[in-house]
Amino acid sequence: MASVSEAKSLVLDRITHRFSSGTMAVSDINLDVKGGEIIALLGPSGCGKTTLLRIIAGFIGQSEGRVIIGNDVVDALPPNRRAVGIVFQNYALFPHLSISENVGYGLAARGVDKATRSKEAQRLLDMVQLGKFGERLPRQLSGGQQQRVALARALAIRPSILLLDEPFAALDKNLRLDMQIEVKRLQRMAGTTTLIVTHDQEEALSMADRVAVLSHGHLEQFGTPSEIYDQPQTLFVNTFVGTANRLKGTVLATDAGSVKVGLEAGGEIIARAPHPVRASDKVTVCLRPEHLAFVADKSGFAGEIGMALPLGATVVHEIKAKDGSSIKISQARTGGTPLREAGTPVRVAPLAPGLATVFPE
Amino acid sequence: MKSAATARMTAPGDVTSFSLGLALPLGLVFAIFFVLPLAQLLYLSLHNDTAATVWGLGQYIKFLTDPFSLAVLGSTLLLGAEVTLACLVLGYPIAWLYQRSGSRLQTLIIMIVLLPLLTSVVVRTFAWIVILGRQGIINSVLQSMGLIGTPLRMIYTQGGLIAALAQVQMPLMVLPLITAIGRIDPNLSDASASLGAGSWRTFFKVMLPLSMPGIIAGCTLTYAAAITAFITQSLVGGGQMLFMPMYLYQQASTLQNWPFAAAISIIFLFAVLAIVALFSMLGRRARGYGDAR
Repeated sequence: MASVSEAKSLVLDRITHRFSSGTMAVSDINLDVKGGEIIALLGPSGCGKTTLLRIIAGFIGQSEGRVIIGNDVVDALPPNRRAVGIVFQNYALFPHLSISENVGYGLAARGVDKATRSKEAQRLLDMVQLGKFGERLPRQLSGGQQQRVALARALAIRPSILLLDEPFAALDKNLRLDMQIEVKRLQRMAGTTTLIVTHDQEEALSMADRVAVLSHGHLEQFGTPSEIYDQPQTLFVNTFVGTANRLKGTVLATDAGSVKVGLEAGGEIIARAPHPVRASDKVTVCLRPEHLAFVADKSGFAGEIGMALPLGATVVHEIKAKDGSSIKISQARTGGTPLREAGTPVRVAPLAPGLATVFPE
Repeated sequence: MKSAATARMTAPGDVTSFSLGLALPLGLVFAIFFVLPLAQLLYLSLHNDTAATVWGLGQYIKFLTDPFSLAVLGSTLLLGAEVTLACLVLGYPIAWLYQRSGSRLQTLIIMIVLLPLLTSVVVRTFAWIVILGRQGIINSVLQSMGLIGTPLRMIYTQGGLIAALAQVQMPLMVLPLITAIGRIDPNLSDASASLGAGSWRTFFKVMLPLSMPGIIAGCTLTYAAAITAFITQSLVGGGQMLFMPMYLYQQASTLQNWPFAAAISIIFLFAVLAIVALFSMLGRRARGYGDAR
């Protein structure tokens, strides 16, 4: 890069938006993004993540709250004066303009002369390894190439914030990983504060420095990928990110952050409690399949094998517990991991206390 | 109209003999009622005398060397251009509004746009006479408000005629435009804005070039319809302004000079074809997005 612009921070301060129909799109969202960070907005469709992106870009004026980029409240600025770069899900390249003109479009809008423009476009196209494609039209490029053009076009304006709207959804799986690495590399090079909107948890966890999980317009949790995965704060986060077995139980005893729960499936379990619970509260216990193991002793709870699923690198067994609930347990497939037959009685227990999480009902 | 615009945008798929067979009934109708009379017209036009006995190019030479005839052709082609321009300037915002509206407003707009098509040309034209006449609505309103002393002369003027024709032909412009603008990815204008372009820049650099197929289709239809609109031209234009359809009618019906009328028809036909060809050439260029900068 010729010059790395000062990475700007982004603050969403109590953002609330209601559509004209009255439905609440996002409610009281607070996000504090440091300069240069990659943040993923993760949630199922309809959770408000795209609305949030459009609010930051200025396409939607939020009902309440402020958007602060760097030190400036940008709420009064129209989209064309926010210097927010966007890569759209369908890339939205201008079909009638050449690749080079697409990349130079933002500079042309800023009154940069033609020679400088094409030089800069060339530099950015070289950066995304499409230096030879400047004269082509967008439709002559593959999906992955179009995406790199879209990224180059967004970066050409030296945006203070880069927004990526489901950037990899339209790519096939093999290409997706390549592009994720590529985007991360380019983001590091440019040092631009970046927000990725996605419904794909793997994408969010692998690309982002921090992940904001949204559900029904609410911010469920904002933290690093390991915090999100290992210390989910809500039942939604626990079940939406990764997979989780949900077991019903009753709190038997509490002790500074950890609780002992009696499971309806039988047996007792020590679990982490992100929200305070009291003895004899009904709770839901979440246990990730990879945090469970078959045990020979009397710990954990009993059940019998329902089904064995060999999924390549892992083996998943479905276990029917005594109360009828279905529990999945996944193991790394080392040489000779046996597939257990249906009907075999087994006992399973968490690998360590505190890997389970309880949430009040 | 819509399908014509769309069909040209999609690649011409494999036309099998079976699908060509589907066009046969219409093809026969065309051959009998269109191609044959046209051939007869051509045959007639190639005679030098009114009785159509002496072969020759006399009628064509007469037209092309007669300043009066050429002036009629010129003013007809000019009228078409003016009406087309008026329709484009007034119709584009309507089509734009349509694509930016909710479904209820869209229905209303389509109703209003299509309304002229649901009334007879004669009725519509007389409505314009009522509006534009010396004692018409506009004049009486302006006079009663004291804005003008004597009535404005609007009917039987070029301006009045353009207004009437533009209203009558408006659907032919608006419908292809609605289709073309609807095909443009709404993200493109957002992308343009996020890259720093103001609304005018977005319009001229993105929306206008990309709606070119609709503009071309609309202009072709409007132009062809405007220059051949015999009834509106005659009634709103009156006797002072002479255009090709009326000129043709006079020669054939009043003066019984069939060979000359036939020659006028053929010349007019080729003039219109030339204009349409020009439009479709522009259309091909627009679709290639070659030079749309």
